[in-house]
Amino acid sequence: MADLSIHIGKLELKNPVLTASGTFGYGLEYADFMDLARMGGIFVKGTTLHPREGNDYPRMVETPSGMLNAVGLQNKGVDYFISDIYPEIKEIDTNIMVNVSGSTVEDYVACTEKIDALDKIPAIELNISCPNVKQGGMAFGTNCSAASEVVRAVRKVYHKTLIVKLSPNVTDITEIAQVVEAEGADAISLINTLLGMAIDAERRKPILSTITGGLSGPCIKPVALRMVYQTYKAVKIPIIGLGGISNWKDAIEFILAGATAIQIGTYNFIDPAIPVKVVEGINEYLDRQGVCSVRELVGGLIA
Amino acid sequence: MMKKRIANWKVKENITFNQNYCLLKLTLEDEPFPEFLPGQFVQVKIDNSEKAFLRRPISVHYVDEKERELYLLIQIVGTGTRYLSCLQPDDSLNLIYPLGNGFSIPDPSKKSKKLLLIGGGIGSAPLLYLGAFLRERGFTPTFLIGARSERDLLQLEEFNKLGTVYTTTENGRSGEKGYVVDHSLLRKKDADFIYTCGPNLMMLSVARYARENGIPCEVSLENRMACGIGACLCCVEHTIYGNTCVCTKGPVFNINELEWQI
Ligand SMILES: Cc1cc2nc3c(=O)[nH]c(=O)nc-3n(C[C@H](O)[C@H](O)[C@H](O)COP(=O)(O)OP(=O)(O)OC[C@H]3O[C@@H](n4cnc5c(N)ncnc54)[C@H](O)[C@@H]3O)c2cc1C
Ligand SMILES: Cc1cc2nc3c(=O)[nH]c(=O)nc-3n(C[C@H](O)[C@H](O)[C@H](O)COP(=O)(O)O)c2cc1C
Ligand code: FES
Repeated sequence: MADLSIHIGKLELKNPVLTASGTFGYGLEYADFMDLARMGGIFVKGTTLHPREGNDYPRMVETPSGMLNAVGLQNKGVDYFISDIYPEIKEIDTNIMVNVSGSTVEDYVACTEKIDALDKIPAIELNISCPNVKQGGMAFGTNCSAASEVVRAVRKVYHKTLIVKLSPNVTDITEIAQVVEAEGADAISLINTLLGMAIDAERRKPILSTITGGLSGPCIKPVALRMVYQTYKAVKIPIIGLGGISNWKDAIEFILAGATAIQIGTYNFIDPAIPVKVVEGINEYLDRQGVCSVRELVGGLIA
Repeated sequence: MMKKRIANWKVKENITFNQNYCLLKLTLEDEPFPEFLPGQFVQVKIDNSEKAFLRRPISVHYVDEKERELYLLIQIVGTGTRYLSCLQPDDSLNLIYPLGNGFSIPDPSKKSKKLLLIGGGIGSAPLLYLGAFLRERGFTPTFLIGARSERDLLQLEEFNKLGTVYTTTENGRSGEKGYVVDHSLLRKKDADFIYTCGPNLMMLSVARYARENGIPCEVSLENRMACGIGACLCCVEHTIYGNTCVCTKGPVFNINELEWQI
């Protein structure tokens, strides 16, 4: 049995397998399929200061080996999260982390302050990369000065572990990563969805109500892997890698590219017990390779 | 609520008919047989297809508890459904089940209630199990089933075992010519409750008929789904409660809950 434990900022995780925001509900949706405590952690749904109804239907379209979504951060707001969701999930024996989203710096800060008051939420993931909201969202993640402004403002009020989630919809992801690191983020996660589009040829219309949406699933894995690899060489803080992971092998590839931990997103929809299988697969791989700790594998590509 | 499960089912029989439909009979080995409610669905995994990456939602068509069999009735419209139509006996199929809320079942003391089940095309699939479930509880359901042509009227013999069946076809080759809402049966206006499943436009006209005549009505929606378990919020419908997940709060809704222009 290899040592799967890792550290990210002040966080201690029993293993590097986490689930991605927006694909894992509040965790409870998956409780029938596996023991949630066996995962390293859960990033719950994108949460905003005020309730959001999200975008109109159709919000989803399947694409080869993936899907486009335009959910648009539908959630009942942070106050509802605190009053109705938090009491139900705080007893889950793993790290529950909140994905904080917003459209203004003030919103991000106000939402973060409310989450900060919750004992059992040891970290937040600042989502500066959502492609599905009209204002803010991805705009913060595609512009260095905006990214730096929002991370600085949140860092000032938040002293637990701050993870910043980056957008792949940029020319050079390492620039933003370095800015975020300089503003004091404890870790970065990448990637959020790639901006994409689908068209119905017969009806000559875009399929999504929002025209464009975020691409996820196995089809984005090569892009995500490349970005993790580049970012690993550019920053010192830990990287949480995600994008198209569907089995333990994919997870190992991300770790070798430089990720300290990984998140599983869209593939939860295909196999709702996948996180536990990935934990087991990583463990077997490490034993087979004679590696004592998963930490030794991070960035461990053989030159 | 029954716990949701994920398991491999075994194909017992797969009958293709009228070119683009198939009836898939599945059985579950080594696991307790689940309790399914009429109107619930399963999420079917399509293996090894990059074009059918997501699971496909399919309604429970019929449940034979004695034989431990689950029936799915499928219209072949694309990659995933074609894959299902090609499955052979002994092949395995991975399902997540049981999903969704199901139709509401009237109080068994009101056996004289006239229950009308209206199906359109492949939308008649869940109505067979609903009919059987109602029949078992002492009700006598009436079926009104519409389709494009006589080749798209499915499982009529089975429906006939459960109650009176009326049909419509657009070409007039079986039953009355036209759409279900034009059927002469509806002029009597003596249903106490209507259940319907089919294309949205058809369900909208059934909902109008029900509203005009003060008949309570439930519709079963087929919004596009990704997870099927309430995690992704892709399948939402506008309802009086806001954007609501069809996969967990539905697929069955009372028409009074929907924001349809009825
Ligand atoms: C709750 C629920 C229950 C369902 N029950 C049944 C059932 O009992 N029997 C059955 O045959 N079908 C049922 N469907 C529809 C079925 O899920 C789709 O036909 C199937 O997913 C198509 O997959 P495909 O890969 O064959 O087609 P694709 O290649 O994905 O698409 C082919 C065509 O089908 C259309 N389509 C795809 N998904 C849907 C959808 N969800 N609703 C309507 N049209 C769609 C597309 O617009 C496209 O034109 C149900 C859907 C839902 C949401
Ligand atoms: C339906 C859906 C909803 C999502 N919602 C969020 C969200 O609220 N916040 C966020 O940061 N990322 C969100 N994402 C992005 C995922 O967390 C993840 O970054 C992306 O899907 C890539 O990983 P994957 O290929 O493993 O899914 C969402 C993705 C999907 C498919
Ligand atoms: S399909 Fe994911 S929430 Fe309904």
